[in-house]
Amino acid sequence: MNATPPWLPQGTVYGSLLNFQREYALWAPRMAEPPYKAAPQAPVLYVKTANTFAAHGAAIAVPGEVEVGATLGLVKADFQCFQPLVHVDQARAAIKNEVTDWQAVAGVVLLADLSLPHASYYRPPIKFRNRDGFLGCGPACVPLTAVGDVGALQLTVRINGELRQTVDLSTLVRNAATLLADVEAFMTLQPGDVLMLGTDCLEDGTRPRAQAGDRIEISAPGFAPLVNTLVEEAA
Amino acid sequence: MSKHARIAWAGAVHHAIERDGQLELQTPAFKGRLLNFDEVIWLPPLADMPPHRPRTVLALAINYADHAKELAFKPPEEPLAFAKGAASLIGHRAFTVRPADATHMHYECELAVVIGREAKRVKKGDAYDFVRGYTVANDYAIRDYLENWYRPNLRVKNRDTCTPIGPWLVDAADVPDPMNLRLSTTVNGLVKQQGNTRDMVFDVPTLIEYFSSFMTLYPGDLILTGTPDGVVDCPVGSHVVCEIEGIGALENTIVAATQ
Repeated sequence: MNATPPWLPQGTVYGSLLNFQREYALWAPRMAEPPYKAAPQAPVLYVKTANTFAAHGAAIAVPGEVEVGATLGLVKADFQCFQPLVHVDQARAAIKNEVTDWQAVAGVVLLADLSLPHASYYRPPIKFRNRDGFLGCGPACVPLTAVGDVGALQLTVRINGELRQTVDLSTLVRNAATLLADVEAFMTLQPGDVLMLGTDCLEDGTRPRAQAGDRIEISAPGFAPLVNTLVEEAA
Repeated sequence: MSKHARIAWAGAVHHAIERDGQLELQTPAFKGRLLNFDEVIWLPPLADMPPHRPRTVLALAINYADHAKELAFKPPEEPLAFAKGAASLIGHRAFTVRPADATHMHYECELAVVIGREAKRVKKGDAYDFVRGYTVANDYAIRDYLENWYRPNLRVKNRDTCTPIGPWLVDAADVPDPMNLRLSTTVNGLVKQQGNTRDMVFDVPTLIEYFSSFMTLYPGDLILTGTPDGVVDCPVGSHVVCEIEGIGALENTIVAATQ
């Protein structure tokens, strides 16, 4: 029989910038300076376009060193596929929220949000973030009812087997429910769209780096790990 | 010569082409039937995307020298582009919502390029071979929400109802020189914006070469190529018509938010 096809997003994937307290605090002293001139008010988002989607296990071509952003994506449900009401309490706990349309989240998925390093957050980052294959996805969308408390999850990033980062989802600036509500205040996510919770930096403000030949593994309790290998981009 | 529309009529979505000021249905059950423009709901003139490939929508922030001057920017040295989601797209003769607290909401009349073939590392000289056709987009912006983080930020540029597109997808073969088309926008019948695609800082072939140098473009993907000088605030009730010579006149009406 055919194996289950690898999970890939059905809709548009949105990333969230500066949504971890550590990176936000590192940036805070510079936020009032040009060119930013003020701290961000609304969620700062970017789009990971379809060409970036890379399935679990896929090789991803890179032109040099890349930053690895481990994150969790909320997958918007089809309005006809709300989770059975028996799971209401668990789902509510999973997203710990005041969000009225919490039941519209089908589940959560591990993502490897890759980027070329860029020092400025002033201009849109497509050249850095929207290269082919720059979003490792999956291997599966896990229902909220199976996750427990999203805000209590820790993601680990291993590169060639070595632990390089632990991402603590209790340290988000906007937790999953708040982020979803603040985003949907100005744009409605469609069924299949994915909202990424953001990627954390290390203590010095950098992110784990990887290059061709490296194997990236992102894992979290209750999730099958997401693995992608990096290969050299053809000249 | 074909101008393609995608319309809703009689409980279904149809492909139609323009025929002497009417719409000629192409769907087999009604093939050849003629409808008046006001008998149908106009949808974005774009086919559905295949599974797991949401439409990429790339938009140019400052791509006309005069608009750069208007906004007090130097013309950029490389294309200044951002990606949008497809969910903000709406059709011709539709309604765009103005938030209650907006004080400066303006249209942006733009030539929209629809990609026709998978494009990766395409050279400028070959770029037109990858174009399916052209349409008109109105990439509304609400400047009240502008912030200097990944600017222009999505709260300004990716709002529900804020990207009217259409009415027609015009075959590339029917647009001999896309880099010499007059653009204009009228608000309640008064001309507010005029320009010509020849004044783009980065022309269509250059944009396709640039984007495809680091990202693959797929059939159905869109490039909104930027807007010239002349943007003004549009209050509720404004009837906004963005027209590009040979491509079409895209009508839209600004409405108040319902609370």
